[in-house]
Amino acid sequence: MSEHSKSSPLPTYFMVWGALLVGTFLTYEAAKVDLGVFNAAVALTIATAKALLVALFFMHLKGASEKLLKLVVISTVFFLFILLALSMADYGTRLRP
Amino acid sequence: MSMATATTQPVERENYLNKHYGVGSWLFTTDHKRIALLYLASITFFFFIGGFFALLIRLELLTPAGDLVQADTYNKLFTQHGMVMVFFFLIPSIPAVLGNFLVPMMVGAKDLAFPRINLLSWYLYIIGGILMLHCMLTGGVDTGWTFYTPFSTAFTNTKIVEAGLAIFVAGFSSILTGLNFVVTIHRMRAPGMTWSRLPLFIWAHYATSIIQILGTPVLAITIVLVAVERTLHLGIFDPKLGGDPLLFQHLFWFYSHPAVYIMILPSMGVVTEIIACFSRKRIFGYSFVALSSIAIAVFGFLVWAHHMFVAGISVYAALVFSILSYAVAVPSAVKVFNWTATLYKGSIHYDAPMLYAFGFLGLFTIGGLTGLFLAALGINVHVTDTYFVVAHFHYIMVGGAVMGYLGGMHFWWPKISGKLYPEGWARLAALIVFIGFNLTFFPQFILGYVGMPRRYYQYPPEFQVLNVLSTAGATILGVGYLLPMIYFLWSMRYGKPAPDNPWNAAGLEWKTASPPPTFNFDKEPVVTWEAYNYEELDAPHKEEVPVAG
Amino acid sequence: MGAPTVGSASHGSHNPALLHHFVDEEQQRDAANLGMWIFLATEVMFFGGLFCAYLIYRGWYFPDFAAASRSIDALLGGTNTAVLICSSLTVVLAIYAAQTSRRVMLIAMLVLTMLFGCVFLGIKAKEYRDKFVEHHVPGASFNFDHEQIPGSSPVRYANPRHAEIFFALYFIMTGLHALHMIIGLGIFTWLLWMAWKGRFTPEYHTPLEIGGLYWHFVDIVWIYLFPLLYLIDRH
Repeated sequence: MSEHSKSSPLPTYFMVWGALLVGTFLTYEAAKVDLGVFNAAVALTIATAKALLVALFFMHLKGASEKLLKLVVISTVFFLFILLALSMADYGTRLRP
Repeated sequence: MSMATATTQPVERENYLNKHYGVGSWLFTTDHKRIALLYLASITFFFFIGGFFALLIRLELLTPAGDLVQADTYNKLFTQHGMVMVFFFLIPSIPAVLGNFLVPMMVGAKDLAFPRINLLSWYLYIIGGILMLHCMLTGGVDTGWTFYTPFSTAFTNTKIVEAGLAIFVAGFSSILTGLNFVVTIHRMRAPGMTWSRLPLFIWAHYATSIIQILGTPVLAITIVLVAVERTLHLGIFDPKLGGDPLLFQHLFWFYSHPAVYIMILPSMGVVTEIIACFSRKRIFGYSFVALSSIAIAVFGFLVWAHHMFVAGISVYAALVFSILSYAVAVPSAVKVFNWTATLYKGSIHYDAPMLYAFGFLGLFTIGGLTGLFLAALGINVHVTDTYFVVAHFHYIMVGGAVMGYLGGMHFWWPKISGKLYPEGWARLAALIVFIGFNLTFFPQFILGYVGMPRRYYQYPPEFQVLNVLSTAGATILGVGYLLPMIYFLWSMRYGKPAPDNPWNAAGLEWKTASPPPTFNFDKEPVVTWEAYNYEELDAPHKEEVPVAG
Repeated sequence: MGAPTVGSASHGSHNPALLHHFVDEEQQRDAANLGMWIFLATEVMFFGGLFCAYLIYRGWYFPDFAAASRSIDALLGGTNTAVLICSSLTVVLAIYAAQTSRRVMLIAMLVLTMLFGCVFLGIKAKEYRDKFVEHHVPGASFNFDHEQIPGSSPVRYANPRHAEIFFALYFIMTGLHALHMIIGLGIFTWLLWMAWKGRFTPEYHTPLEIGGLYWHFVDIVWIYLFPLLYLIDRH
């Protein structure tokens, strides 16, 4: 269960909210620039940063006293990564005619 | 009063069975023990259904010609045998019956973390089961339990969407059970019950739950995609429209391979408890066995494409998955070595549960080794889609998982029912099961190796002898399965009342009455002893181990 | 014999919401929290299968996917992203209100959250309607002929079959997401009702917390869907 700090969490919430909106705007604008193969990387990096902000601050992962919840998140992301990566081990190495 | 003693009072103590009567008290119960019995009845029913299909398959295969049923019917027989046995018998079996009954008791809790969700799990299972029954009665499915595309999405006329829906619903039953176990094990252990004092049955169910939680949703979305493609004629899996049939197989096996570990891990947990009890010894290498359960769960997610070696994946992917498949065998081997080391210099008792455990040891080893043969690419090309594969997985699932299930049912039957089963009949049944099983499935290794394909209803005449042996074995196996059903039911009325701890076994569940009271323990247990403290239990001047501090 | 004797000596000394199989309220709250996080893990894997399919076909048919992606409205998608972000803010503000006994703020934040959710669904409905009108809905009336692959010179046209796969994934992924959104609205209706009845206190507001977790998860899924579906090639 997250511990509630003595000081108000409100400033943090509003800062995170602002950061999320800025991130959305950045994602939209960055897509208009030709970065070649890095377009996808940039978009996903910003998306991951936003997701982390939501998880850590809005979903109170940061304040959680136990490591257990973070372990749940990390394990899940790990297995999703396995699904994607090992599938690509097949799709990425097939010889095209 | 710390340890309840077996009395001969005519007045029956209040327990979870006699606390409330009436159909409503069962259908609306939130008591994990009653829910376990609801599952017991349901999965036994589906075991009969799946077994009925197996009987028809083996009857057809008595002769080389396809003369009992038509080819399309035969396709439905093996499909439905597989679907029912996998999704409505094996996946729930031990977790839903023994797990539900024992997990709260073994950790020292009054119930699971979410009792109402537990009941919901059972209802979801029933709804899925009714859907599956309806599907089978109104035409069935003929794609194999693996319902590969594009046959299942674009060509077959059978009831794929309904079967898929049934499995989807039953899948959520599985997910919720796993969720319940993980939260219970983390949050509801009694004071003093540290992780290293937990019975290995709990570690096994924890690992199983991880797989249920993370794997089943991928099957769920795959079923959704198949249903959408089938009804809207999209091209996600259809090569004519730009799709890839192998994508279906990747997504399907991402769940279905870990699913086989859902089926075997709980059985391993049962076997661990039985071997410790009937060797009167602590399990050798507790941490190794505990961690190997987790390792099996994790590694099990890394190997799925070994079901696809000849399907068209790239050679490099095949190499990767082959190597990983060898890795996943290691933790299983660790367990086998630890069980063997436990037996060494143990004081072995040959009660029926132990006979099943011995059967498990041998048959699981054979099944596991033949899995390694299959993981070798060269051999795989030769025996894939033959009876070799069929024999391999039946050795694990029937020789392994079902033996463990039966052993566990015998071991905990006194606790569950408050009655003793007839030991003589039980040992005989165990022997019949073992003989019947081997006669059924060993010939299938040979059949596969010499080239008989699976899922065929006719075969060259030179294969007949082995097929006849297999069918004969299946009949004997059937008798072996019927016997416990008969004497368990018999014991509920005529069996001797069971003492709290007929086996003098370790574990919190044995420190309460047989059958237990509704809230499991009279007082919350406080654990101050290590798991498998058989030396203490067998000590000459039996010091009573305190239940409550 | 058989009666619960553990923990609570008298029933009047704890919150009536405490369920009897738990030792105390903290255990119940921790269990609920862990339970919801694990449920969200299953949801990640559920959507994950779709992301896997998307990843593979985007790699196979990038030019066709790029052309198809251009035909959906990134401004609407971006707006929806902002809408959900605002709704996540109102969720945490609602929980803050419950923690500090601000009943009016609690109700207001819950209502705002649901309003944002409805706006999201409204914009989605407009997008779906646009696709329907343009015959970009996979099926019998699908048509994607003569759509230029962005940046191709000489001009090449997208393969309609491959574009149809994009749209299939678009509708399935956003449709599944929208379904979760609708369920979220249902959950928040129930939370609003409970808040109205005064069931939440600084000591007990667990349903708000776990409902909030679910809502944030739905937001996170959209955070990934937006760039992947709408912004494949916008330059």
